[in-house]
Formats: sequence, structure tokens, C-alpha cells
Amino acid sequence: MKFGTEIVALSLFAFAAVVAAGFGVDAPFRQHMWVLFFVLAGFTAILLRNIDLKPAAPIDPSAYMDGPIRYGTIATVFWGVVGMLVGVVIALQLAYPDLNIQPRFNFGRLRPLHTSAVVFAFGGNALLCTSLYVVQRTCRARLFGGNLAWFVFWGYQLFIVMAATGYLLGITESREYAEPEWYVDIWLTIVWVAYLILFLGTILKRKEPHIYVANWFYLSFIVTIAMLHVVNNLSMPASFLGSKSYSAFSGVQDALTQWWYGHNAVGFFLTAGFLGMMYYFVPKQANRPVYSYRLSIIHFWALIFLYIWAGPHHLHYTALPDWAQTLGMAFSIMLWMPSWGGMINGLMTLSGAWDKIRTDPIIRMMVAAIAFYGMSTFEGPMMSIKTVNSLSHYTDWTIGHVHSGALGWVGLISFGAIYYMVPKLWNRERLYSLRLVTWHFWLATLGIVVYAAAMWVSGIMQGMMWREYDEQGFLVYSFAESVAAMHPYYLMRAIGGAMYLSGALIMAWNITMTILGRQRKEQPLPGSVSAYQPARSQTWA
Amino acid sequence: MSYDLMREFADSWGLLAMVLFFVGCIAFALRPRGRTWADQAARIPFKDD
Amino acid sequence: MGLISKHALIERNATLLLAGSLLVVTIGGIVEIAPLFYLDNTIEKVDGMRPYSPLELVGRNIYVREGCYLCHSQMIRPFRDEVERYGHYSLAAESMYDHPFQWGSKRTGPDLARVGDRYSNEWHTQHLTNPRSVVPESIMPSYGFLKDTPLDVKDFSTHLVANADVGVPYTPDMIANANADLKAQADPAADTTDLEKRYPKAKVGDFDANPAEVTEMDALVAYLQMLGTLVDFKTYDDAAGYR
Repeated sequence: MKFGTEIVALSLFAFAAVVAAGFGVDAPFRQHMWVLFFVLAGFTAILLRNIDLKPAAPIDPSAYMDGPIRYGTIATVFWGVVGMLVGVVIALQLAYPDLNIQPRFNFGRLRPLHTSAVVFAFGGNALLCTSLYVVQRTCRARLFGGNLAWFVFWGYQLFIVMAATGYLLGITESREYAEPEWYVDIWLTIVWVAYLILFLGTILKRKEPHIYVANWFYLSFIVTIAMLHVVNNLSMPASFLGSKSYSAFSGVQDALTQWWYGHNAVGFFLTAGFLGMMYYFVPKQANRPVYSYRLSIIHFWALIFLYIWAGPHHLHYTALPDWAQTLGMAFSIMLWMPSWGGMINGLMTLSGAWDKIRTDPIIRMMVAAIAFYGMSTFEGPMMSIKTVNSLSHYTDWTIGHVHSGALGWVGLISFGAIYYMVPKLWNRERLYSLRLVTWHFWLATLGIVVYAAAMWVSGIMQGMMWREYDEQGFLVYSFAESVAAMHPYYLMRAIGGAMYLSGALIMAWNITMTILGRQRKEQPLPGSVSAYQPARSQTWA
Repeated sequence: MSYDLMREFADSWGLLAMVLFFVGCIAFALRPRGRTWADQAARIPFKDD
Repeated sequence: MGLISKHALIERNATLLLAGSLLVVTIGGIVEIAPLFYLDNTIEKVDGMRPYSPLELVGRNIYVREGCYLCHSQMIRPFRDEVERYGHYSLAAESMYDHPFQWGSKRTGPDLARVGDRYSNEWHTQHLTNPRSVVPESIMPSYGFLKDTPLDVKDFSTHLVANADVGVPYTPDMIANANADLKAQADPAADTTDLEKRYPKAKVGDFDANPAEVTEMDALVAYLQMLGTLVDFKTYDDAAGYR
């Protein structure tokens, strides 16, 4: 009985879900519990069909555990496509409001679905699978805890499904990027602690005396997200069989707690974790060590110390006391320095091998990611200056800023890592097609440019229209006129997003074919000797 | 608790603590023994696979 | 001995790294958030703030459920254009009973902090049902289903209890009458004297032109109609409230 305990536990939880579906005090909760029941029951059925009475084959304790990483890679690509598709849909809803289908597919319910799908489903799975890939290979140790990695992987997917279906049913705490309700939050806490144990346990049993810097970033990302998640989601449920809970904090304290969380979801989920990715995959793909390891140490401590203070810049000129706003602004500006230190460190890793940007589309993707990181981490501190923020806040400029970071930095560095990992994980000689990687790169990059440009124009225009006075001292525009003026830019944004999505679809195709073991017959890219040989000898060795 | 008290602390001991932390980070990273240590650590990704 | 001590050191390093980074990331949050609970001038002293009536709270929960905060802020900044467009800038005191806060971060639509009393109930119902029939430029989704959805609340007093647990001053009287108040506020035939004593300035009557039943539309409009109406700014001293 390979899955004995798992099957018993799953069926017990499935039974509990049915009971909760029967006794739930509000309709969305009952529906949500039915969703949970069908997911768990389906899972139980799959395990029952795979039951094997023979004793399990012994596991080689020296080999790496790559199963959960392979699943995680596929999940990353899958959720990426889903999340970006929902993004294009809600972009079109803003241009053509008739595309809203009440109540479940209205913008207000789909928007958290989009943000959670891209941040936590796509980004989260990318972090999960790359962190487990990197930690084993830089510690030269198998993952700690036997099947713990499988629990973390499937537990995290369950969190994603429960969060996503909850939004459509109208279950939300309204805390941006932390919308799931209390019971889903508790489940994520359990999974996250298991992830921390898995990651830390692997580091502790390492054979390598040093802890490589990528693991520092991953570890701080895991532990900080645990802290942020627990504190920000403290709330009091109205009933233990109902979906609604009330935040432990109110008003101004609640606002700062939320944006302390919100900004550091960016700082630790979307930055520190992905910097860990950068510090492993860029050196590997370029086949040269990181430019300055000591700079990376300074980068690490400065970044994690400064980031956590930056939250109040989301609340400039609000009812938050001035001292907190000023503090937030000062630290946001200081944050520019470690951010650019990291960018320089990433880019200069290619020093002496710049030709690879021309010959290797995966390196090109990673370099573009770092460039976008540099751009957004300049734009961010600038927007945190109160006078700039007075114009940019509440407008599409913020949306554009987020997307140049999310699509440019997070997206491209993840794609680069996936293109690097997949042939290794499935033991393939090379990717199905490098030319398709080039297509993906250009579609994604142009998509980001179109998206960001449209949002800059619409954001600044909105801000200017709202504050425009005529010579008699009257406001020139009604709010509705500013909404009407946005239409062409909302359309452009949808086009940019669709370009980015089509790039992701090309990647999905490329990855699928690589996993199936196909190789596309194609002319080698101009200038490339062979994609998987270093262009130069390993001068550092 | 008053704002002035907090501000006074931030401008004195708080500031000092942060400067010390910053200097400490730099000193740790740039300590003399650090070079060989860093060079070894930077090669970790290439020891495997 | 040598091997053991070396191993212990390595283990300590990883744990030290964990503890060190946790310590470093805790400082910023503590320094910025904790004083907000202790500094006595964080929330201004104002007259008129009271907890939400049960119907308003149900409406607020619908506002949260539908994600209204994603496009509408409830936080007027102290700029000339915003004050002219939306009214007096928002005070921290005005959201002191908001669990969670609904300040928002984006204005795809206008600010709603003081939308109460600006439009009629009929306008709100019409606008929520078909936004473009009253504002042609609007890109808001339709929420007509609210009118057809009767309130599905088994026992709303548990919600008041949960709010009281996190610090909202709901009295035992308010909690005991929660379910009755919920129905009475949207019922034009009900006696609302006690309700209005418990929740001063509460808007009563039928909100959605359907006196037969209490719908989600009633609740949402009741909430929108009270937004920003509680504090009397004629008696508020701006200078004393400055932080």
C-alpha cells in the first residue's frame, strides 16, 4: 500500500468538506466546500487507481528528488497561461464593459483571480520548483523529508484552486494580493511551514560547506512571506462554518498592515525569491560565476532590511500619519541602491561574454529581465516621492509600473529559468526549438513595451485631467470624461497583454514538445556555435 | 506614547543602530579573509550536474 | 570531535541565517506599524462616528464581495481638486470601525468616501442595474442581480459579535436586536425609533423600489447612502486634528 495514509487522510478531509457543505451558514461557503469535496474526492480516486501492493522500490538517497520539480515546472507554465489569459480578459472588460458577465465574471471578481493566478500560481510555482532545484544542486543533497516535497507541491495547488474558485464565488477579504478568506489562509500557513521545513532541512543536510547566496534569497523569501501572511491575515470569522471574517485591525492600522504586506509581497515574493533565481540560473546559463559574490552579500542584507520599510508609500497623502509616510518614502528611495547593486551584479556576470546576448536567446531573455528589473526599481523609488505620487497614485501609472516589473522582471527571468531547467529535468539533449524562444522573447518584450507605454500615457493623462483647472478656477473635466478618454489606451493595453500571452503560449508549446522528446528541425540561430556549449573557455576555473 | 519621544529616539539611537548595521554588513562582506571564501562560494553552482 | 563540532557549526550557520534575516525583516514593520496603535494622535477626535447598522454592514460586505474597492477608493487626499470634487479630505477617524479598511488603491471610477446623500436611492438602483443608462461613459459592470437576490443571512448577530471581538463598540443591545434591525431598516412599514437611537443618522425605508422583500440591493444602497455622512465637519477643528 504505497498511498495508504494519504488515501485515508484525503477521504476524511473529503468527508469533512461534505459536512461543511451541508451545514455552512452562507451560500458561497457551501458552494466552496462542494468544490473542495470534488477536488479531494477526485484526488482520492486517482490515488486509489494507482495503488500498488508491491513494496515500493528503494530510493537512492544520493540522487536528487526531481519529481515535484518536474510537476512544478508544468504547473508554472499552465498557471502562467491561465493567469495571463484572465489578465487579457479583464483588460478587455475595461475597454468593453459589456464583456462583464454578472455576477461571477464581473471585473471585481476576476481581477483578484488574475493577480493571484499570476503572482501566486505562476510566480509561486516558479519559485517553488526553482528553489527546490537550486537548493539540491548547490547543497549537493537530496530534498529533506521524503514525501514532504510532494505535500508542499499538491498542498500549494489546492490553495490555488480554493483561492481562485473562492474569488468567483465572491469569497474575499478585500486585502489586495491576500484576498483568500480565513480557512484558505490557515491551509496556506500549514503548507508554507512545510515548505520552510523542506527548504531549511535540505540546507542543514548539505554536503557543501558554504550556503550559496541564491539560497539566502530563497530562505529569506520563505520566512518573510510566512511572517507577512500570518500577521496580515489575522481576522475573526463570524462563524466557523461560514466564509466571512473581519480583519483584526481597522482603518489606518489595517491599511498600513495591508500595505506593509502588499509591498513586501512585491519585495520578497516577486523580488527576493526571483533574485535567488537570478543568482543561480544566470551564472549557469552564461557558464561563469556571478560577477561579485561579495556584492551579492551586501545586496542581500541591504535589500531585505530596506524593503520592509517601503510599504507606507502606498498610502501617501492618506489619513496615515505624516511621519509614517515620510519614513516610507525615505526607505523607498534608499532601496534604489541595493536594487541597482543587484542589477549590476546580474548584468556584469556576462562581462567578457556579451556576445551571448546575440547568440543565446535564453541569456537574452535573462538579460532583458534584469534590465526591466533595473528600470522598475528606478521607477518605483521615483513614484514613491510624495510630489510624484500625488499625480501617479490612483491612476494607471501604478498599473504600468507593476506590469513592467511583473511581466519584465518576474516573467522573463522565470521563462529563462524554465528554458534552462526543462531539458535537464527530462534528460533531453536540447529544447524543441531555440527559434521559438526567440519568438517568445520578442513577443514578450514588445508586449511589455506596448503595455507600459499605454499605461504611462493613460495614467499621467488621468492624473492631469483630474486636477486641471480653467482660468475661472473651475475643474475642467468631470470624472466620467476622464474615463471616456482612457478607452484607446485600455485597448492598447489589451493588445500588449495579448502579445505577451501569445509568447507564453509559444513557450507552452515549446516546453510540451521538449518534454515529449521532440526536436524541431531548424536552421541554427545565426552566430551560435552550439546552444549548449559555452562560447568561451571557462576562464574563471 | 508621544510622537516627540519616538522622534527623538529615531534621530539618535535609531539612526546610530542603522549606521552600525550598514557598516557591519559592508565590513562582513569585505573582510580580508572574505575573498577566497567568496570565490569558493561563487563556484558552487558549477560543482554539480 | 572535529567532525561533530564542524557539523554543529554548519547547522548553526543555516539557523543563524534564518534567525538573522527574520530579525532584519521584522524591524521595519515594528517601527512603522506598532506606534500607530500607541501614539495618541493617530486617530483624530471627532463627533458622530458610530458602528455600522446591521443593514449597512451587510451592504458593506457586498461591496467587499463584489470587489468594488478595486476601482473605487474611499480616501480623499487633501488636494484642492479632490476636496472640490469629493468633499472634505478623509480623516483616520472615519474608518476607525472599518474591518477591513476600504481605502482602495485605484480610481478607475470616482472616490466614494462621501458618496452618501449625493444621489437618490432610485439613481443608485438604476446605476447599479445598468450603469450606462445614467452615465454613458461608465465602464462599470452591471449588478442587476442584487435586486433579485433576497438577503441570505441566517443569524447576523454573529457578525456583530465578531466585530465586537476585534474592537468595534457594538453593545449587547445592538447585538440582541441585530436580526430585527436588519429587516426593519429596509422596511417602510417598520417602527424604526429604536433602530435610529442605536444607529443615529441611519437611513431608513425601502431602497430598491421593492418594498416586498429585503434584497442585497437594499443593503448595498443603504451602505452607499451613509458613506461619509457621520462626521459633522462644521464642528471639526482641522488644526487640532493635524498630525
